[in-house]
Parts: sequence; C-alpha cells; structure tokens
Amino acid sequence: MASYVLKRLLAIVALTFGITIVAFLIIRLIPGDPVIAMLGTGAGDKEMILRLREQLGLNRPLPEQYLIWIGQVMRGDFGYSYANQQPVSSLIASSFPATAQLTLAALALSLLFGSAIGIAAAIQRNRAADTAGMALALVCMSIPSFWLGLLLILLFAVIWPVFDVVGGTGLKGLVLPAVTLALGTMGFNARFIRSSVIAALSQQHVVTARAKGLSEPRLFAWHVMRNALLPILTVVGLQIGQLLSGSVIVETVFSRPGIGRLLIQAILAKDYVTVQALIMMIALIYALSNFIVDILYPVLDPRIAR
Amino acid sequence: MTETTPALPVFAIEPDPSQPAARRWSRRRAMLRALRHRSLSLGLVICALLGFLAFVLPLLIPVDPVAQDPMATFSPPSALHLMGTDAFGRDLLARVLIGARTTILASLSVVLLGAIVGTAIGLVAGYAGGAFGFGIMRLIDLLLAFPGILLALTVTAILGPGLVNGVFAIAAILVPVFARLVEGATVEVRGLPYVEAARCAGASQPRIILRYILPNVLSGIIVLTTTWLGIAALWITALGFIGLGVQPPTPELGAILNDGQNYIMLAWWITVFPGLFLSLFVVGVNLVGDGLRDELDPTLNRG
Repeated sequence: MASYVLKRLLAIVALTFGITIVAFLIIRLIPGDPVIAMLGTGAGDKEMILRLREQLGLNRPLPEQYLIWIGQVMRGDFGYSYANQQPVSSLIASSFPATAQLTLAALALSLLFGSAIGIAAAIQRNRAADTAGMALALVCMSIPSFWLGLLLILLFAVIWPVFDVVGGTGLKGLVLPAVTLALGTMGFNARFIRSSVIAALSQQHVVTARAKGLSEPRLFAWHVMRNALLPILTVVGLQIGQLLSGSVIVETVFSRPGIGRLLIQAILAKDYVTVQALIMMIALIYALSNFIVDILYPVLDPRIAR
Repeated sequence: MTETTPALPVFAIEPDPSQPAARRWSRRRAMLRALRHRSLSLGLVICALLGFLAFVLPLLIPVDPVAQDPMATFSPPSALHLMGTDAFGRDLLARVLIGARTTILASLSVVLLGAIVGTAIGLVAGYAGGAFGFGIMRLIDLLLAFPGILLALTVTAILGPGLVNGVFAIAAILVPVFARLVEGATVEVRGLPYVEAARCAGASQPRIILRYILPNVLSGIIVLTTTWLGIAALWITALGFIGLGVQPPTPELGAILNDGQNYIMLAWWITVFPGLFLSLFVVGVNLVGDGLRDELDPTLNRG
C-alpha cells in the first residue's frame, strides 16, 4: 500500500513538473515576437513593450526564465492580462466558481442518468429496452454539444421559456448548460456502466449468490454493484478534466462567464499570459482528480495495491 | 469469435481447412458475417448516403455555396431553397453540402495524420525499447495528461486559427492515443519467435517493423481510427464554431453553425440543418466503429 501511494505520488510530481514546462513553453513557441503578437494594435507603445518584455523576462536564458516564472506562479502570481486590464489570478478567481458549478452539475447528471440507462440496459440485456437504451446512448455521444446548446436555446427561448437561456448564473441559468455539457458524457457512461455491470453479473460469486437464493435487489446491491462501480471510478477521474475543458464550448454557446469562455476569448485576443495560466490550471486539476482516484482505488479494492 | 470458425458449423458444407480454397472462402464469409452485423451495416448505409450527398450530388446538380441573392435573405425552407437561405441570401442546402465536404475531408485528414504519426512513434518506441523508448513514452504520457480539447486549444493558441492549423491541433490529440496503443502491441509481439526468425533470416529493421509487426497491430489501429473519426468531426466543427477553425466565407459545418447562432431567433433553419447533417454523420461513423470493434477485436466480446 505505502509503496503504491509513493509511486503514484512520484508520478504526479513528475507530471506536475511536465505540465508546468508545457505551459511555460506556450509563450516561447509562438512564431515571431510574442510581445508584439500579444499587444497587437497596442504594439506602437514602446514603454508597454518594454514592460511586458521585462515581465516575461524573454531576454534571459530559458532555464532562468522558467525558474523566475515558476517562482511567481507558486506565489499565486500568474502575470498581468493586458487584454482584460487586471491580474490573471483575479480573473481566474472571479470566473472559476461558475465553471466548477457547471462541471459538477454536468458530472452528477451524466452519472445519474448514465447509470440509470446503463444498469437498466444490462438487466434487460439483448432485449428491446437494451437496444433502445444503447441507441439513445450512441445518439447522445454523437450530437455536438454546441449544436445541442443552440437547439435548447431555440426550444426554451421561443417555445417554452422556463429556464434562463443566456448568461444566467443562478440555478435557472445552470440547467440548460449543465444538460448540454452532460449529454455526451452521459451517453458514454451509459455504455460503460452497461458493460461493467454485465461483466460483474457473469462473475462466479454472483452465480453462486443467485444459486443460493439471494433476492435480486440484495444481489445487485451487495455483489454486482460493488464490483461494477470500481471501473466507473476511474472514468469519473478522467471525466472531471474532460467536462472542465468541455465547458470551453458550452460557456461560449450560453455566454456563461467561466474559465472556458475566458480561455477562448484569451486565445482569440492573443492574451497568452491568460492562456498559459488557464491551460496549466485545467491540466493540473485533471492530473489531481486522476491522482485522487488512483489513491482511492486501493482503499476500495485491496487487490490493486499489490 | 475467431475468423476461422464458421458462423453456423452445423450447416457448413465442407469444413475442410486443408483445402487451399478454404482461406478465401472464410475471408468472404467473415465479410458477409460482418455485413450481417446490424449496427455496422446501418452505419455504412448512413455514411454512404451522406458521402453521396456531400461528394457526388454537387457534381450532378449545380450548387453554388457563395452565390448571394439580396432579394431572398432569410427565406425559410421552400421548394426553391430546400433548407432556406442565410443572411446573404445564400442557399443553405448548397452550403451544407459543400460545408459537409470540408468537414468530412478535414476529419479524415485528422485521423489519418494522427494515426500515421502516432503509429510511427509507437512502432519505433516499442521496437527500440530501452531508455529511448522509455523517454518517448514518458513524453507521450505527458501529452495524455492534457484533456483532449485543451491540447487542441493549446496547439491552436500557438499556431493561430485556421482549417489546416485546426487539423494539426486535433491530430495532436490522436498522436499520443495511437502511440500508446501501438507501443503496447509492439512490445507484446517484439519478442515472439516469428519476429526473431525474421531477424535471423537477415530482414532489415524497417522490414521487420513494417512487414511483421505492423500487420499484427493493424486491427487495433483500424478500430481506433473509426472510433476517433466521429470525435474528430465533433472537435473540428467545434473549433469552427468558436471561430478558431475555418475562417469565413469558406463553408464548413461548424462555421455555418457559428453564423446561424447570430440569427437563431430569426432563422432557425441555419442552426437546425447543418447540425442535423453533422450529427447524422457522427452517428453513422460511430455505428461503423462499434461494428468494427465487435468484428475485429476478439478480446472485447460485449454481449
């Protein structure tokens, strides 16, 4: 157990280092002079060019630049966004809660409805309900999220105005973006949970439990779901990062003020300091959620730690 | 479900594997059995139909996706304009067909590029092994540590917007996925006796890799390619939709949808029809991918 945790810990430290290197290199890999590219029309301002060049420290050797930059990052200083006229850290602080809310709501929806469909399909295996559920899952996975968002806007703005369509940050404004973000993941989860439950159902201890006359609900709760839930945990770790970056599109469609929309606006405005910070942050959250799942795994299944 | 097992052994007329004709027949039988696979054949029909609409139909009837008609802006679907017109009075049907062609070609380029580069990296890293292979695979792990869209956006941020850059950006997501699969499979077959025999017989390293290892990992690559074609189509249009992919006035499904978003209350058809075409295409590709996985991947017997 201890060596397993240590191994995971070493892996995440190495990964964090790698992610910071990639984020650091983004500005350095831009073709041409990044300072001119970032300032765009404001590039005529000599004083500003000098200030930004000083801030990025682009005239020093690369390793030194990295050390200076990582030192600032560790103190919570991600640089200054000229496009937004404020420090990147306060930009992130003001837009992160909306995205976190959206991601968690979408994760909950996709797990809830995904498991409902997946478990029902597994029980009804190879019957009409199974085929219908899996067809639904496939369609959900195939619909582009931005199109679904537009359709929902069309539907709820024109025909049935019960939810806030655009820009709402309350609960009423959360429903449509969360459904939009969740649908594709829900389709995946339904398929994944179905095959996971089917695999658990065919294990010998389940056959034994059924043979000795255990009732179906108890059989499911005690013998099937405990085995079926483990693989799902891994998938959840991956999906937190995917949903977080999927918010890029959904927040753009619904004009929701979050880090996803911030990232797109920063890319379009060539605001590389913000781009760098956001990409690093999302990747780190992704790595961290996978790490937490890895650590939880041996707690739930002692066989893993060996 | 191996290839040599006839589907219905009871009715097989001459189950004699020693006959030279048997192999040819069993391959044909495998094809026929694959076509009986419901989702595979349904997916192939959908893809063929949409492919015909996007690639062949524009050759048969004259369509002009950029011809403007100022007298017919925002006209709803009618006999003259089956899908209506947009803000410039351009025929939406023509734009969807030509736009779908761009989207499909771009998605195919993405998976081909990603598959070729990823497979090459995986083959070399897996065959070479040692510190070299280890180093490459840790870099691949680093790329896999970024969620897909984020990696694409990172590449777009560096290269700038545009269709070609978009293809590179999405292909960058696929490279580590293919590299990981192929590396694993290569390591598995690298030490097998037939590879050793080829080496003893004096086959050169490129020949061993291409002639003896690649065919062994090919079915996995094919399955992965179709699985990712649908995702590539979704992401390339997503880039177009947020304004980081194709730049106007080139018609592309994502860019048309971006345009439709501005007039969503005024002209629902600009939003509905391109998205419908795109969704149907992705459904078709996913059906084919599912079917191929069932047929080609014997380790995945998913009921």
